Amino acid sequence: MAEKQIHEQSLEELYAEAHEHTINVGDVKIHAKRMGGKFRNLKWASNFLWLIFFIGPYLRLGDRQAVLLDIPNRQFHIFNLTLLPQDLWMLSFLLLFFAILLAVVTALAGRVWCGFFCFQTVWTDVFTWIEDKLEGTPAKRRKLEKSPLNAAKIIVRAKKYALWFLIAFLTGISFTAWFTDAYDLWVDLFTLNASSTVYITVSMFIVGTIFLAGILREQTCFWLCPYARIQAVMIDDTSIVPSYDVSRGEKRGRLLKGKPASEDQGDCVDCNQCVAVCPTGVDIRGGQQEGCIMCGLCIDACDAVMEKINKPAGLIKYASWDGIMGKEELPLLKRPRVWVYGAILLISILGVVLGLSGMESLELKVLHARQPLFVIQSDGTIQNRYTMKVLNKMNEDIRVTISADDGDGDLKGMIVLGAEKEIVATHGTVTAVTIFVKVPRKNLTEKSQPITFHVEGKDSAGELYQSNRESIFIGPKR
Amino acid sequence: MSENNPFPDEGNTGHIWDDNLRELANPPPNWWMMAWYASIAFIIGYVVIYPAIPLFDSFNKGEVVEGGVIKGGITKGVTGWTAIGEYKADLAIVEAVRKPYEDKIAAMSAQEILADDGLSTYVEHSGKVLFGDKCAACHGTGGAGNVGYPVLADDDWLFGGTIEQIQTTITNGRKGMMTAHAATLSEAEIDTLASYVVGLSEGKTDEKGKALFTSKACFACHGMDAKGMAALGSVNLTDGIWRFNEADLLASAKQTIAHGVNAAGDTQTRNAEMPAFKDTLSEADIKKMAVYVYKFGGGK
Repeated sequence: MAEKQIHEQSLEELYAEAHEHTINVGDVKIHAKRMGGKFRNLKWASNFLWLIFFIGPYLRLGDRQAVLLDIPNRQFHIFNLTLLPQDLWMLSFLLLFFAILLAVVTALAGRVWCGFFCFQTVWTDVFTWIEDKLEGTPAKRRKLEKSPLNAAKIIVRAKKYALWFLIAFLTGISFTAWFTDAYDLWVDLFTLNASSTVYITVSMFIVGTIFLAGILREQTCFWLCPYARIQAVMIDDTSIVPSYDVSRGEKRGRLLKGKPASEDQGDCVDCNQCVAVCPTGVDIRGGQQEGCIMCGLCIDACDAVMEKINKPAGLIKYASWDGIMGKEELPLLKRPRVWVYGAILLISILGVVLGLSGMESLELKVLHARQPLFVIQSDGTIQNRYTMKVLNKMNEDIRVTISADDGDGDLKGMIVLGAEKEIVATHGTVTAVTIFVKVPRKNLTEKSQPITFHVEGKDSAGELYQSNRESIFIGPKR
Repeated sequence: MSENNPFPDEGNTGHIWDDNLRELANPPPNWWMMAWYASIAFIIGYVVIYPAIPLFDSFNKGEVVEGGVIKGGITKGVTGWTAIGEYKADLAIVEAVRKPYEDKIAAMSAQEILADDGLSTYVEHSGKVLFGDKCAACHGTGGAGNVGYPVLADDDWLFGGTIEQIQTTITNGRKGMMTAHAATLSEAEIDTLASYVVGLSEGKTDEKGKALFTSKACFACHGMDAKGMAALGSVNLTDGIWRFNEADLLASAKQTIAHGVNAAGDTQTRNAEMPAFKDTLSEADIKKMAVYVYKFGGGK
């Protein structure tokens, strides 16, 4: 039996069930009514974005996974880009970018992340959709909850948990697949050859997904999620959020047949449908509150009722508090917050762009030996020992030569030992080479003098790669 | 007691003081009871799976177990797991990785190891611990040397700096010898000789000193050119490298000439002895150390 949508229900029917939809105070499980509408469609659309999470690991690029966060080998492959631990500083800029993006979106349009994109919201939405399809309307679900355990209840519950388990399992697998070869993962998993890390991760995802999305649901947003706690400081009177138009709606009152509305009665007919459809069970008419994830489903519900009673839509709408109160709203570009957030966003994204564009395929790091800093040789020369670390980020091993340069000739008579031969720089890792530099003691003018090392090599296509690194040459006290 | 309980319906224990102060018999909260039963279940599971109850002689008390005798307490646990067993298994993995290298090192000469890029790199990385354990206390990290203990990173060697000579030095140890000259030389002669040899290392010559160096037969050990002889372990006096007290070269040279090195019966003599490592290190380890020291940059 298909659930009747709000559009199809009469006002009397709505009043009859209104008492069932209580505000969420944590004592009873929230069973939200599901209905179609603009925001409902938007929510499905944003839900589908998460398919990338499930499908992404199976994309291939050549003979490897297109996106592979290879932690054991300390390499992140993102399509053609290979990131090594040395590039990790870019991650801090990326995290900054997303943190500020979250703040700026919240400041302007409320908890868009919570309402549409958050995995907790999306998974809960899908899980309750399954529940709705299997167990029926909220009324039926509440009845089922109270009914004693019998065969029918066990069967329907088993079906529900089986589907939940399937989704949770796929969630775990998909998460793991970003970190290891996705195709091998499936084979290894079922031939019991996967590592214990894989089994533990997948099991934890199964338990976590069912518990958080199936059982805790909106309680996670209420009591667990820190973002829900800090959003209050991000939203101000100018933020566009789902709001109840108090001046238009109040004084609320039921519209009863054959009885004209009183003079001071507002447009809110107190049908409680905004509470009924709310996935977190809050009453938006009470104003903006921590439980509201700003998904706009109450707007869909209210608009349907307004249409039914021939009133204009938008008693609940996306509006700022200033807008609701009839105050003049500052244009976006005149708000200092927009500029500050924008500047930080720009800086952080510039950091990532600069980092990516400045990435050298061949990098040289030089470690001057600390013990001993220098050695006096029997012929009176001073010898310094260096460890060259050649980082090759290309996809092939290349032969490189290392040379040293004393700049303006401060290290006269310099001899470089250990760099005579070409060195094979293995790709995707660091190749270490020991180099000795000797300078006659009499030619040294300072205790410490700069020296520049240079590495260069050609790849199979004949393109030249090179890198420089400055270090110091240390001698005895003058 | 129950017949004069003034609070009969609240489920108290019947212990009542001071008219109304009483002990109730409330059960612990549900979550607490669940945690309690879960703990019991955990302990039972643990005892079944892992070795438990270490009494009497039933467990390894940290001793080295030869032949894999691993005791796991009174109850062994169904899995047979023990901490020492896990440690040994981990060690076996490490040793399996090292084995191909170690086998090659055992079969090759130090010279061959040095010539092999892969093996010498292996030694350079794995030798650090061994060097730190056995050598660095005297010779310093990285062969930096200490007062009285030669720098290993330079190219000045008392007993020769070829890979074989270094290997011999580590295997058998070294004890250089210089006689004390306090009895045979006058103080003035010692002064002259001391300033002569210090001058040599700075590129100066001094006819008087040279004559004394020849007439007192210093050349017998240090050579006519005063550059020392590896076979005797006599020091090269012409380079700028001094083993004992570099702060006051002249005073240091005087003391060495007067009291010698390892001179028997002289309490002020220089003590300079390198112990033999043939009993404490395996032959392969000695080869490794020879290569490691050679690669400090001074090997010849």
